[in-house]
Amino acid sequence: MLDTVVIPLLKILILLNGVLIAVTYMVLLERKVIAWVQVRLGPMRVGPYGILQPIADAVKLMVKEDITPTRADKWVFTAAPIIVIVPALIVFAVIPFGDQVDLFGRTVSLYVTDINVGLLYIVSVASIGVYGIILGGWASNSKYPLLASLRASAQLISYEVAVTMTLVSLIVVAGSLSMVQIVRAQQDAHVWFVFLQPVAFVLYFIGGLAETNRAPFDLPEAEQELTGGFHTEYSGMRFALFFLAEYANMIVVSAVATTLFWGGWLRPFPSIQVAPLAWLGLVPGWIWFLAKTFVFLYVFLWVRATLPRYRYDQLMRLGWKVLIPLAIANLIVTGFVKVLL
Amino acid sequence: MADEKKDPELPTPPEAAADKPPSASPAEPLKGEVSRTDSPGAGVSAAAPAKPRTEPPAPKPDNPAAARPAAPPPKVPPRVAPKPGAEAAAKPEHKPAVASAPAGPPDPPPPADIAAPVFIMRLHDALPGAVTQLSYWVGDWTIIVPAGRLLDVGRFLRDDPATSFDFCSDVTASDWPPRPQRFDVVYCLYSTRLRHRVRLKVRAGEGDPVPSVTSIWPAANWLEREVWDLFGVHIVNHPDRRRILMPEEWQGHPQRKDYPLEGPGELLMESPLDWLRIRTAQDTRDIE
Amino acid sequence: MFDTDELVINMGPQHPSTHGVLRVVLKLDGERVVDSDVVIGYLHRGIEKLSENRDWTQIILLTDRMDYVAAATNNLGYCETVEKLMSLEVPRRARYIRTILAELQRIASHCLWLGTHAMDIGAMTVFLYAFRERELILDLFEEYCGARLTYNSMRIGGLPLDISPGWDKKVREFCTIMDEKVDDYEQLLTNNRIWLERTRQVGVISGPEAVAIGLSGPALRGSGVARDLRKDEPYAAYDEFEFDIPLGGAGDTYDRYLVRLEEFRQSVRIVRQALDGLPSGPIIGKVPRLIKPPAGETYHAIEAPKGEIGYFIVSDGKSTNPYRFRVRPPSFCNLQALPRLIKGHLVADVVALIGSLDIVLGEVDR
Repeated sequence: MLDTVVIPLLKILILLNGVLIAVTYMVLLERKVIAWVQVRLGPMRVGPYGILQPIADAVKLMVKEDITPTRADKWVFTAAPIIVIVPALIVFAVIPFGDQVDLFGRTVSLYVTDINVGLLYIVSVASIGVYGIILGGWASNSKYPLLASLRASAQLISYEVAVTMTLVSLIVVAGSLSMVQIVRAQQDAHVWFVFLQPVAFVLYFIGGLAETNRAPFDLPEAEQELTGGFHTEYSGMRFALFFLAEYANMIVVSAVATTLFWGGWLRPFPSIQVAPLAWLGLVPGWIWFLAKTFVFLYVFLWVRATLPRYRYDQLMRLGWKVLIPLAIANLIVTGFVKVLL
Repeated sequence: MADEKKDPELPTPPEAAADKPPSASPAEPLKGEVSRTDSPGAGVSAAAPAKPRTEPPAPKPDNPAAARPAAPPPKVPPRVAPKPGAEAAAKPEHKPAVASAPAGPPDPPPPADIAAPVFIMRLHDALPGAVTQLSYWVGDWTIIVPAGRLLDVGRFLRDDPATSFDFCSDVTASDWPPRPQRFDVVYCLYSTRLRHRVRLKVRAGEGDPVPSVTSIWPAANWLEREVWDLFGVHIVNHPDRRRILMPEEWQGHPQRKDYPLEGPGELLMESPLDWLRIRTAQDTRDIE
Repeated sequence: MFDTDELVINMGPQHPSTHGVLRVVLKLDGERVVDSDVVIGYLHRGIEKLSENRDWTQIILLTDRMDYVAAATNNLGYCETVEKLMSLEVPRRARYIRTILAELQRIASHCLWLGTHAMDIGAMTVFLYAFRERELILDLFEEYCGARLTYNSMRIGGLPLDISPGWDKKVREFCTIMDEKVDDYEQLLTNNRIWLERTRQVGVISGPEAVAIGLSGPALRGSGVARDLRKDEPYAAYDEFEFDIPLGGAGDTYDRYLVRLEEFRQSVRIVRQALDGLPSGPIIGKVPRLIKPPAGETYHAIEAPKGEIGYFIVSDGKSTNPYRFRVRPPSFCNLQALPRLIKGHLVADVVALIGSLDIVLGEVDR
């Protein structure tokens, strides 16, 4: 009973709250980081250095009037944000934040569950989210959101293919679909997979930027072109759900990148046991995991502050003519090497 | 040189002004659809529209005040000054200005000691009789041509290598109400190759057709729309003659000198309901 | 079974990247623009009509409100036109200071253009960098005339104020800063692959076509037409300075971008020369107390940051206000090319091209 129900429920509770808080602070972090890049201060008013800003934002969004346009398809319009946010959150179930730890005399694993098709689960669940975007844009019965949702669907199809293809070559190397097993495989291989699959990592990260609709691929919500993209007609809490989902997806992409390519909870140089590096082992694994994830999140923000936006056709060209061929080539090479060795 | 200029100048003006516009008949089809805003705009025909105008507001008893603010503007302040009472009383200082308005720009002829530039000589040679008058003031040359010859002159000025006025800087107009041909339509031309400037000027009366120069300088498109919008100069053969700055349903042409300085515009600001009532009145023409 | 239909979409008058209250009605086939119509007039305040009922000096502050990001240039154009009409002589010192102000204004206006243009294409950091430098210029203007946006900084016949002591030193410091910052902008954008893809071959217009459609200013020079009124019809003190006119080749958005970036450097160069050679003397010429130009009309144009700003003014010689006051607004005439430029491009290019033309709606609508 305790092992099958209570502990998983507790984990889910902690994880869900942790993710939501992380997401809201992600927003603050983004505003701060971009402000620093742009020689500004960012939010400074709510709390010292603006650290309470996310709470103020949350309260504001919750008490705001929730408007449904008269000509919108009400059911779909209401369902769309839910379809977006739910997959973004349940993906976290299979992400291993750390290995097993001893807690109150019990061995507790720092992940909700470890299913043997974890990666497949992530890929498939994460791609459900875009239905919410498409439906939300369509149900608004408004032209700009419609354009944005068309962009989103085209973008998703293009990049989903590339990203999945990339992950296949990683699976070839790791020999497992389970997230935990992939990390263990890196421990056994004495090297992070990013050094075995550098091309795959770059492709995955670019694809990840595109799938989360982040700059320079933020076409579905290109404010300067489509006034707000698919969520133009949304307000209040429903808008907040879209917003949270976007940042949750960023965290997912960063966490998956950490797990698959950068050794998950493993410390740097996982198999070198020499004295000068011993202190690295003192740091708990989940801290390593969060630190690595944070680096990727920072890169997300950094890219956004630096690069202009791609155009729709250029985005398609990049996806189909560059990323997908490269991903296929990478897979073939990986396969050959695997067979030959 | 001064003699040469005066020769063409004497015979042409009267007939050029009177004869050519009617002969430019493409004006006819356009005129019908335009007359709505065309004729009442300046209030030249103030007497006729004044009567029906009082009718639309009258049947609505709920707001008799609505009729009063509506009344003064179309009354054409310059002419019926004392009548409208309070509203118009605020404006007396403008009326004398219009009343004593000069009959037109001086358009001084060039002094004898200044030689006309090559492009004017070329124009004289190529299109004799096209130039009504030549003017020179503070270094600017102005060629006044009849509306009927505007396209010929324009095309020549653009295409001839010695003139090559390929850039139409500006098209605008000025309004001189007492004059029968009240409008001066002014085309500011420039040559990007030879770097000289000239102004073409066409005089036109109320409703006289002025051909569009869009076919010569596409740049004139919006500028001519603006001239139509703000002055109501009857520009014909324009590819897209709509109002450009004022709203589509605006009455009158605000840049005219006899356009009331207070009127529907302010009514719109102060009591939108009255304005709406006027706007939805059966025949919008009657309001003006 | 399936019908394809064109989507008519209203871009504006409230839209983040139409730079004000511009409305563009787009007819889209997918995302491709099939046809478009530009609707303007939302900001029409009747400045021309208003000016005809103000006296000659009062009009200066109305000109501030047309292109409100380049108010000093508007002042200059108007004052020069009236001076031409009155055949007034402007003292050399005044002409030098006017040149400095006009060039600083050009830098400020181009900063605003660069920021918003880059923002439209998605590079949001450049926006704040460019505004940071613009702020320095606003400070300089504030020190000169007390205003930061609508300067009212010139008078018919000269200037209302001489520069305060130490102002020239601050301008020099600014010039040093600006030189560095332009390199910064270039590092962020000029060789950025995404920027290149977004701007190259977008909105191409050939030189002759650009002349025919009435483009002026950097938009025209981007197409390789060497037309800059500072060189062609020198006004203020431009004939005494050395500077180059940057020209584009292909006539696309990227060329217009390069031209304007180079103009930053040339403007700094002019400001430096003007400060070096700043003569002493009076700052306002012999101007009659009551300004009443003799009857006549004239057209005078200067090179505003956005193109040729021309004033056509008619005086009747009797009243203390112009009989006819007309502005040839560069933004208005440049905007006319928009439907031609965006045809066949994607929605994303529409915002790039609106930015590339560098319009200010206050001037388009007047």
